Amino acid sequence: MSKTLVSMTINGRPVEEAVEPRTLLVHFLREKMHLTGAHIGCETSHCGACTVDIDGQSVKSCTHLAVQCEGSEVKTVEGLANAGVLHAVQQGFYQEHGLQCGFCTPGMLMRAYRFLQDNPTPSEEEVRIGMAGNLCRCTGYQNIVKAVLHAADALQHNTVGA
Amino acid sequence: MNAPANDREKDLMGMGMSRLRKEDARFIQGKGNYVDDIKLPDMLHMDIVRSPVAHARIVRINKEAALKVPGVIAVLTAQDLKPLKLHWMPTLAGDVQAVLADEKVHFQMQEVAVVIATDRYAAADGVEAVEVEYEELPVVIDPFEALKPGAPVIREDLAGKSAGAHGERYHHNHIFTWDAGDKAATDAAFASAPITVRQDMHYPRVHPCPLETCGAVASFDPVRGELTTWMTSQAPHIVRTVVSMLSGIPESKVRIISPDIGGGFGNKVGIYPGYVCAIVSSIVLGKPVKWIEDRIENLSSTAFARDYHMTGELAATADGKILALRTNVIADHGAFDACADPTKFPAGMFHIVSGSYDIPSAYCRVDGVYTNTAPGGVAYRCSFRVTEAVYLIERMVDVLAQKLGMDKAAIRSKNFIRREQFPYTSAFGFEYDSGDYQSAMDKVLAAVDYPRLRAEQAQKRADPACPTLMGIGLVTFTEVVGAGPSKICDILGVGMFDSCEIRVHPTGSAIARMGTISQGQGHQTTYAQIIATELGISSEVIQIEEGDTSTAPYGLGTYGSRSTPVAGAAIAMAARKIHAKARKIAAHLLEVSEADLEWEIDRFKLRGNDDRFKTMKDIAWAAYNQPPAGLEPGLEAVHYYDPPNFTFPFGAYLCVVDIDKGTGETSIRRFYALDDCGTRINPMIIEGQIHGGLTEGFAVAMGQLLSFDKQGNIQGNTLMDYFLPTAVETPKWETDFTVTPSPHHPLGAKGVAESPHVGSIPTFTSAMVDAFAHLGVTHFNMPHTAFRMWHQLKAVGLAG
Repeated sequence: MSKTLVSMTINGRPVEEAVEPRTLLVHFLREKMHLTGAHIGCETSHCGACTVDIDGQSVKSCTHLAVQCEGSEVKTVEGLANAGVLHAVQQGFYQEHGLQCGFCTPGMLMRAYRFLQDNPTPSEEEVRIGMAGNLCRCTGYQNIVKAVLHAADALQHNTVGA
Repeated sequence: MNAPANDREKDLMGMGMSRLRKEDARFIQGKGNYVDDIKLPDMLHMDIVRSPVAHARIVRINKEAALKVPGVIAVLTAQDLKPLKLHWMPTLAGDVQAVLADEKVHFQMQEVAVVIATDRYAAADGVEAVEVEYEELPVVIDPFEALKPGAPVIREDLAGKSAGAHGERYHHNHIFTWDAGDKAATDAAFASAPITVRQDMHYPRVHPCPLETCGAVASFDPVRGELTTWMTSQAPHIVRTVVSMLSGIPESKVRIISPDIGGGFGNKVGIYPGYVCAIVSSIVLGKPVKWIEDRIENLSSTAFARDYHMTGELAATADGKILALRTNVIADHGAFDACADPTKFPAGMFHIVSGSYDIPSAYCRVDGVYTNTAPGGVAYRCSFRVTEAVYLIERMVDVLAQKLGMDKAAIRSKNFIRREQFPYTSAFGFEYDSGDYQSAMDKVLAAVDYPRLRAEQAQKRADPACPTLMGIGLVTFTEVVGAGPSKICDILGVGMFDSCEIRVHPTGSAIARMGTISQGQGHQTTYAQIIATELGISSEVIQIEEGDTSTAPYGLGTYGSRSTPVAGAAIAMAARKIHAKARKIAAHLLEVSEADLEWEIDRFKLRGNDDRFKTMKDIAWAAYNQPPAGLEPGLEAVHYYDPPNFTFPFGAYLCVVDIDKGTGETSIRRFYALDDCGTRINPMIIEGQIHGGLTEGFAVAMGQLLSFDKQGNIQGNTLMDYFLPTAVETPKWETDFTVTPSPHHPLGAKGVAESPHVGSIPTFTSAMVDAFAHLGVTHFNMPHTAFRMWHQLKAVGLAG
């Protein structure tokens, strides 16, 4: 299958690659870019384990073609920490035991990262709704909600890296 | 170094502390290493051609078109596996399972051929291009139909075999009959009992559905003759032994590695055809081969859970004292019996079915049956069929209470095994280690103000205009975890011990490895906490590893909540061996006798003299630097622990539901879960296990189902329908605990991780049925979806 040249910025780094047009973004990130944080948990676009941030939006990268990202700014979980300092959402998940097997975590973190920019002071109910595109099998969500609220608080009070 | 003892103890971050997890740093930065993250030079990708029908002869497989697809390297069928005798493989249940379908397919989505290609896109194209011609056969989905005289023969390969791995077979679709207890005494008790109740119930087929599916990277090195396989295995050492036996490669040249696993939940215990085909493909092609299944394949062809059709009976006095329990089960095992169980227990630990109650006579019988469905049975936090056992007894106690007009809590109080009766031998022969059921239930009833809830319910029942039905569910369960004593428990002949090896370094840090394998339960954190307290070394510098059969000691893996009971015990015992040697070294260094030393947190000190001491760090250095005469240099130990008994954690769960009379939709108003798993290693991690397990229970009871139509088509096998709750649906959980240690466990700790799943499911059903109890309803089957509840409401004349 013939390939198309695609260029985008991933975690601040410009990249250029030739890909088949049918290549899903999640495979492009995982297999071509070796950014294996984003995961694949389904093929019906429900689980959100592949969530990344594209041009200021949370996107399920299993439901997006790499060639659609031409010229885009893509952020993945690997780009969250800044010079070794964890982002508030990462710190929140750690502090509140918001992860167990860690498989949903990168998608959860990327969603929380965007959600808290869209809604910096959410209620618990708003967190649950705001994170509803992301499935988790281990935590029962309760500590994830706490983690997101923890991060919201930290971002509001500027106590950790953002 | 002479800080106050309290501070030093805190610094260890050991037993009992809610220390944050050592695993998290890599997972929150996308630096976990799961199977599909692995990339090896020249690695190929394998995909599977699956059966579109449930039961059919394979007339012909045409590979030609597939081999012309760009990127496709090879297509393998049963014909290619036959010379290696690998077209069938043994299962943990003592049956065999087709690796690639040979003469016929036995269930829809069964593995028929594999395509190996340069990448997963080309492999998928190749799968599309393989042409298979089928000749359809009559399908059997209902296990009761399967046992009828003229039922289609599912397993032609067993023709003429009147006995299987678990005794006689009375029908071509019958797998085994297993029973326990005293049938004659139980029948006699029922014959003379003043009150008897009987209830049929189905525990529906569901699936553990870990977020990461199953997969492997098999890499056979033809130069060295060595096979390395990374895979999603909850029991990598057992896999190594099995792979060695099947392949003929010496076990020392087989290395199985379970890297980070994205959840297991019992789904990743057994060996699937995909693993075998990836290994064979790698051996044939001399290159690494990756296989990663997708969600629909995972839900359709890997280990399902439950599917027990159960009849329960209780005999009792008129005032609610249970005299006897009788239960009969038809177990749907699918087309091959691949049910993961200790060899001697084809129905797992189902005979824990007498529950938390002192029942003098009991008998249970389970008949396993083949159907045209995927294999499985034991998975999804079941502790080897304890889910089914607890569901049955708890439902039956409710049914009895209803018949007698007794309160649910009162009837449980009346029948509890009393605290002073432990160790208690049940009518089925289990010796329960310890328990205090009454205190646990009382704590829960007080916490939720049970009398007030009942008063509110009575008020609502009295008001015909009330738009909702209110139900109160109560379950008081006993688990059995920590398989198990090697006298009775083995996996394919290997006794169900587990192990730990701890090595203290010259500078006082340590590395430790165990024969278990975490899939998110936090072993890297909690195992270090056990060692920290035993040895006075900070858990921060104790490195824990599992999953690599070339480095970790042989163990049986992680399932059945066995890690804490078995490996946890091995850890403590190994640490105590080191501790004993450390005491000798300390005595030598301090020039005193061992008896004059006392251990305090992280040091041996001279009794009554706080200033003369040697810390474990001092001792570690001395062990390498100047070992005393007669002692080997170094400081390390190994322990293989064969448990004397299982552990028997318990819990008391209460749930309040409100069901909308108009729509059948249920809202979970409150769920209160008290768990007692003895000594608690890390309360934060236990709470996370409870939240996850309760959420699974909510999913199973309220929405999950894998069903089949008459043609044998599996239904609801993607996330389009298979109910996985999001944060929005998932209730808020309240958790509580009491502490009743296991007397036989070195730490007093019991397993716990499956308790919330085991206990919560009957709690939801108990609450749902309770909402209809005043209308004479004694039971209805899961899942309690809005649609099904609406039908239930209609049946009692309530729905509009």
